[in-house]
Amino acid sequence: MITEAVQERENYLNASHGIKSWLLTKDHKRIALLYLHTITFFFFLGGIFATLIRLQLLTPKGGLVSADTYSKLFTLHGVIMIFFFLIPSIPATLGNFFLPMMIGARDLAFPRINLLSWYLLVIGGCFAMYAMLAGGVDTGWTFYVPYSSNYSNTYVIATGLGIFIAGFSSILTGLNFIVTVHRMRAPGMTWFRLPLFVWSNYATALIQVLGTPVIAITLVLLICERTLHIGIFDPARGGDPVLFQHLFWFYSHPAVYIMVLPGLGVISELVSVFSKKPVFGYKVVAFSSVAIAVLGFLVWGHHMFVSGQSVYAALVFSFLSYFVAIPSAIKVFNWTATLHGGSISYATPMLYAFGFIGLFTVGGLTGLFVACLGVDVHVHDTYFVIAHFHYIMVGGTIMAYLGGLHYWWPKMSGRMYPEGWAKLSALIIYLGFNLTFFPQFILGYLGMPRRYWTYPDEFQVLHVMSTAGASVLAVGYLMPLIYFMWSLRYGPIAGPNPWGATGLEWRTASPPPAHNFEETPVVTTDAYDYAALAAMEEAKVG
Amino acid sequence: MAASVDHLVYFLLAVAVFFSVGIFLTIFYFAVRYRRRSESELPVASHGDMSLEILWSVIPFGLTMIMFVWGASVFFTISRPPDDAQQIYVIGKQWMWKLQHMEGQREINELHIPVGQAVKLTMTSEDVIHDFFVPAFRTKADVLPGRYTTTWFKPTRPGKYHLFCSQYCGTNHYAMIGWVYVMEPQDYQAWLSGGATGSLASSGEKLFQTFACANCHHLSGAPGRGPDLRNLYGTQVELADGAHVKFDEDYIRESILNPSAKVVKGYQPIMPTFQGLVTEENVLQLIEYIKSLTPQEARPPAGATAATSSRKSAKQ
Repeated sequence: MITEAVQERENYLNASHGIKSWLLTKDHKRIALLYLHTITFFFFLGGIFATLIRLQLLTPKGGLVSADTYSKLFTLHGVIMIFFFLIPSIPATLGNFFLPMMIGARDLAFPRINLLSWYLLVIGGCFAMYAMLAGGVDTGWTFYVPYSSNYSNTYVIATGLGIFIAGFSSILTGLNFIVTVHRMRAPGMTWFRLPLFVWSNYATALIQVLGTPVIAITLVLLICERTLHIGIFDPARGGDPVLFQHLFWFYSHPAVYIMVLPGLGVISELVSVFSKKPVFGYKVVAFSSVAIAVLGFLVWGHHMFVSGQSVYAALVFSFLSYFVAIPSAIKVFNWTATLHGGSISYATPMLYAFGFIGLFTVGGLTGLFVACLGVDVHVHDTYFVIAHFHYIMVGGTIMAYLGGLHYWWPKMSGRMYPEGWAKLSALIIYLGFNLTFFPQFILGYLGMPRRYWTYPDEFQVLHVMSTAGASVLAVGYLMPLIYFMWSLRYGPIAGPNPWGATGLEWRTASPPPAHNFEETPVVTTDAYDYAALAAMEEAKVG
Repeated sequence: MAASVDHLVYFLLAVAVFFSVGIFLTIFYFAVRYRRRSESELPVASHGDMSLEILWSVIPFGLTMIMFVWGASVFFTISRPPDDAQQIYVIGKQWMWKLQHMEGQREINELHIPVGQAVKLTMTSEDVIHDFFVPAFRTKADVLPGRYTTTWFKPTRPGKYHLFCSQYCGTNHYAMIGWVYVMEPQDYQAWLSGGATGSLASSGEKLFQTFACANCHHLSGAPGRGPDLRNLYGTQVELADGAHVKFDEDYIRESILNPSAKVVKGYQPIMPTFQGLVTEENVLQLIEYIKSLTPQEARPPAGATAATSSRKSAKQ
């Protein structure tokens, strides 16, 4: 009876019907769901590549795929996961859905551009898929010249165009977020009342708008070099291959923060809600996001300590890299302090937040190793680096993404997911992740280079552990896919605010009406004011 | 060198373990101590504490600066080969390492060196970017087409060590591997005496004659259409546009392959390019010959910079 009543109420899901109402929608919530489907597809595609890589590496001589195929697998794994999953992941789904709602807006500032962003990602993805089906690409996701410009016989141009086009999707999303946060805040929603998820997405948007054009230019130059032989990178024509690396990392290092900053914002929300306490040091945490975004532009050369750049350039980049470590450390300390004296719930999103803090801490601390000149010379381009950035990208971003998805799922779908299964899968993911990637730190320190199709026998034990972990991880990732779909039909009805959260998105129905709020909310308190929320609930009951 | 890198790693590891265990235990303690006991409980809000923020910014920052300075000093040692290092040339190509000793020995995917002797590698690539990586020595350097990069090490224990290419260079990247054999000095001498066809410099001298370089570059002091190449290595030469360039391996290489790029003052850009006529090995042989035209004592000291003072005794 109750079920039917909820389904009859008009919301963004049933406000209009038919495929056209989705493909031409201007509703940020529906666009977020379009993104959710798209990046879920790319996530599992990239995951299949990862699985094949790990199976090949189970034994020293491999034998599952050819050397050519292996090179294509790790290239496509990187390209798909970075450009078509991680970069859009949190901003384009959770950000798209909740950033307007959290500031009390009816939509993003430019709803049509928002829809265009999704189409650009899909078109870019089609180019990458074409390259994959036509024969693949084997340059590594880093496209280093002169291999990519003069030597590789694979589909470099199609892949490059795909990334080029998807880049515009990222730029436009960033632009939309910046304008929305500046112009569309509800009455009373001052900058220092913004939820920290909004702050971190705002900082991310700055990088998207300022950084992405540089990768676009770099890819255009690469395509020109490959087709017209303009000689900007080719030493035989007076070019400089190291220049490519400078341009590539000028975007691709900040891109790390495009991938991880929104995750840091999700964790700030989760830690607060599930301990019922305002985030400790709110302003410090907010500004640390902006500091990371700005400093992130100054450290690209730490990817090039052994590339032949000058010793003095290396010194400066190492020095600056340590600066970017501090705002990240500050966030971890503040989250920990938030827990002190709280009312801590062990709901699934909080388990992901705990997992995130642990894995992000390990990822960040091993970042100190690779920022350290004397150590990086040894571990550069080994499995140590692979382990380090997977702790940030997978242990950080994906844990935060899944934590956020569980947290906001009741709002998006109107239904609760099955808590027991969700806790189990969070645990499996955490254990599987560590089993997959921790051995790779040791492998790298022992000298195992990246991107090897076969390897000397002495590395096998650690590779077997890693492959075993990957199998566990795969199970952990498949479980949410299944129970989220199950919950759409059978999950318990969530109600407007199942977690007792303070954000504006929880003051409207689940799922929200097409225009988000019945009436424009007026903000009178800081973010995370649980006492005010309790008073308001009491007033309602009374 | 390996030991100094490892000591630095132990320090970093100690810091990393301290912080990760500290954070883990704190969170675990808080999560148990402050677990939710009733849905309606409302904890006291705490909004922050600036002195705490400063404390946990300044202490990590201080630690990272120790890491930076320590790491930089190790890096300086790795980057600056000592003056008495034995020179070996490395050419990377898809997918093999070619190594050339000064005495003329050539090796493929194998490098024989004596124990206790510093070895400096001057490296270039015939095609894409490679990377010369010997994990046991904790050294690694990219090998680029069109220029020379260097690395060095001083092995302290005889044995057989992995040599890897660690910059992805195409399909058979995984097969661009080999071994470094560190030998007792007497074994090395025995190995050295077998099978060489003349030193690098003497091969270079033959090429110098074959290509009739001396027709323009008179080595007698008589004026020629090109500069006399004696006593130039390691010096600064003035160019036609007034700029100065160091007469080193990179400049000699460029002058052979792209002669009009940097013409010495007082000469016309009339030298033809030898691109396509000489291999990377030939270029190295010519460089060694031209270097031999400058006696050791006439060369300016190689490490005449501030880095010399920070050099520590190198150990494997």
